[in-house]
Amino acid sequence: MDTILIAVIVLGVIGFTLSLVLYGVSRKFFVKEDPRIAQVADALPGANCGGCGYPGCSGLAAACVKAADEGSLEGLLCPVGGQDTMTQIAAVLGMESCAMSAKRVAVVCCEGSCAQRPDKRIYEGAQSCRTAHMAGMGATDCAYGCLGCGDCASHCQFGGVTMNPETGLPEFNEQICTACGSCVKACPRGLISLVPVDSRGHAVVVKCKNKDKGVTARNVCEVSCIGCKLCEKACESDAVRVEENVAVIDGNKCTQCHKCIEKCPRGCIVSVDMLQRAKSCKCGN
Amino acid sequence: MNTFSKGGVHPHDNKLTAGIAISTAGLPDVAVIPLSQHIGAPAKAIVAKGDHVKVGQKIAEAGGFVSAVIHAPVSGIVSKIDTVVDASGYARPAIYIQRDGDEWESSIDRSDSLVTLDQHPDLTAETIREAIREAGIVGMGGACFPTHVKLSPPPGCIPEQVIINAVECEPYLTADHRLLLEHPDEVLTGVGLLMKAAGVQKGFIAIENNKPDAILLMQEKAAAYDGITVVPLKVKYPQGGEKQLIEAVTGRQVPPPPALPVNVGAIIQNVGTAYAVYEAVMKHKPLIERVVTVTGKHLSRPANLRARIGTPMSQLIEECGGWPEDTGKLIGGGPMMGKALHHADVPVCKGSSGILLMSEEESHRSTPSPCIRCAKCVAACPMGLEPYLLAKAAERDIWNLLEEHHVTSCIECGSCQFTCPSYRPLLDVIRVAKATVTGIQRARASAQQNK
Repeated sequence: MDTILIAVIVLGVIGFTLSLVLYGVSRKFFVKEDPRIAQVADALPGANCGGCGYPGCSGLAAACVKAADEGSLEGLLCPVGGQDTMTQIAAVLGMESCAMSAKRVAVVCCEGSCAQRPDKRIYEGAQSCRTAHMAGMGATDCAYGCLGCGDCASHCQFGGVTMNPETGLPEFNEQICTACGSCVKACPRGLISLVPVDSRGHAVVVKCKNKDKGVTARNVCEVSCIGCKLCEKACESDAVRVEENVAVIDGNKCTQCHKCIEKCPRGCIVSVDMLQRAKSCKCGN
Repeated sequence: MNTFSKGGVHPHDNKLTAGIAISTAGLPDVAVIPLSQHIGAPAKAIVAKGDHVKVGQKIAEAGGFVSAVIHAPVSGIVSKIDTVVDASGYARPAIYIQRDGDEWESSIDRSDSLVTLDQHPDLTAETIREAIREAGIVGMGGACFPTHVKLSPPPGCIPEQVIINAVECEPYLTADHRLLLEHPDEVLTGVGLLMKAAGVQKGFIAIENNKPDAILLMQEKAAAYDGITVVPLKVKYPQGGEKQLIEAVTGRQVPPPPALPVNVGAIIQNVGTAYAVYEAVMKHKPLIERVVTVTGKHLSRPANLRARIGTPMSQLIEECGGWPEDTGKLIGGGPMMGKALHHADVPVCKGSSGILLMSEEESHRSTPSPCIRCAKCVAACPMGLEPYLLAKAAERDIWNLLEEHHVTSCIECGSCQFTCPSYRPLLDVIRVAKATVTGIQRARASAQQNK
């Protein structure tokens, strides 16, 4: 009986002393965290995709709370959750929800399918666009076009990109695309852009980034931009510019008049219908 | 006999052209001279369309300190300044010269007579370096680092020895071997010039013992030159890598980047470079031609050709008997470190040591299977890295792990991929990781500088 009593007393004393130490330490090193950060983080999707520009959802949550203290949530956007999430966050922080910029979706600016841009050689290295890009211009003669190894598909954590084996090009599912920008960073040729779409889900894009001179560009691919500037002349709202032999459209200025599409002799300017896109095949089949 | 301590592999050496004397290749009708034939800033063209140029006339100025000038390899009219798809697989700026005859600059001494160092006691380190810079000489082993820059070490580094890289550990290639056999005195004089330019008393010529004829000949000839020793080395790939060669010859190890070979007192130069230095300083001949090994098991007449810079590779292949029917792959350089070329009209550059035609059967890679953690790549890596780990991290974009595990020390020799029983494309992905991590480090350094 004595033995049990002694053991209980000794352990009790040790436990009490240590609990005092723990209490002291936790008071001394207490980190004060705004409880709102946790609340905001709860409202976020928790994908930690980094599309907002902050290191994960907690990073954005901290930034939101800081911005709320300074008076405005402007410039902060969770591309995954979109407007709904931002309204919810604004409510948590007791702010008025501010208008978000237009919805953007990822578009790959290359339409050179296997038929329009035939393979000239075989690439047998590691099946990754980055390594293929480093090894040279790739299987086709276009040094600017899609390499088709699917780095964008493997970097999309939402499963919104699939490689079409027939065309060799990636296809984006706009229902899933959150414009987080992972694919933009993954593409070694910078072919993917986040394009603002209008309220009906339309956007006009130049689906080529070939900077070669007209003749070379024409020879390597059937749907290449040859820098003829017809689109630039046709545009009434100054949205189209030909820079380094390739047309670029400023989506914010574009009025969707489609005059450039009508003028383009190569058919590389297209109106992307984000709602219909999954149905249309790039080969026209 | 010495060699380097860590890793290494033994590919079959296939030196088909070792016994074939250097012959002169025909002149190209149109020479295409890329402006980026070296590491560093591209050269800037100083000729315009329609200009007439003579052989050896300067046509492009260095684009920066780490850059090299370029001279006309043929005489004729500059037909255009455009782009050409070079060995990198991308179109880069180049000067096109339409050849008419073969008219040389009068200052160039084209005789075969040997000019020795004793005949020019007036040469100083400064004048030699200047002559090398003016001749546009770059490392001719393949890396193409401007030679005059290598001879101007950063402050605080004192060179102690010049090591001539005559290892030629790359299978198939024999250009350096033939230069040693056919121009030993010129090479030795070139070594003397390099030693003088670097201000050192010791020179070594490192030769692997699969070239006994060259070792014997050089040992015999080197006896007449002060301070030059011939060092025979055990055969092992990649002994031609600077860091491996320094260890094999001097026993010293170069610390990880940013340390340079000169931090341990060594300046490494290729045999071809030594020969070019001799021609530049003693004969006033800029770097306008080089020896190229054109080889392949199915090629009817493999050869060592002295070709002008800018000659399309297809022309050299024609001179060696034309395309074998079953050609599967064309490689610029050797089979280990060379690069598969996109087409045969790639021009010969200052760093083109060889052209290798592989048959369809040899040229395909086997299908990769999963890594079995056998660590053969770790045993083969001459830099003591862990290729399987680097490759895995590279596939997953874990850049900080790659940096901690010294991916920037990788010399891209390909020993890991060569030895992998699962045929994994290790070097392919490590190369991308190395470039990315180097980029991150540069960005970090410049951000720190701007602070």
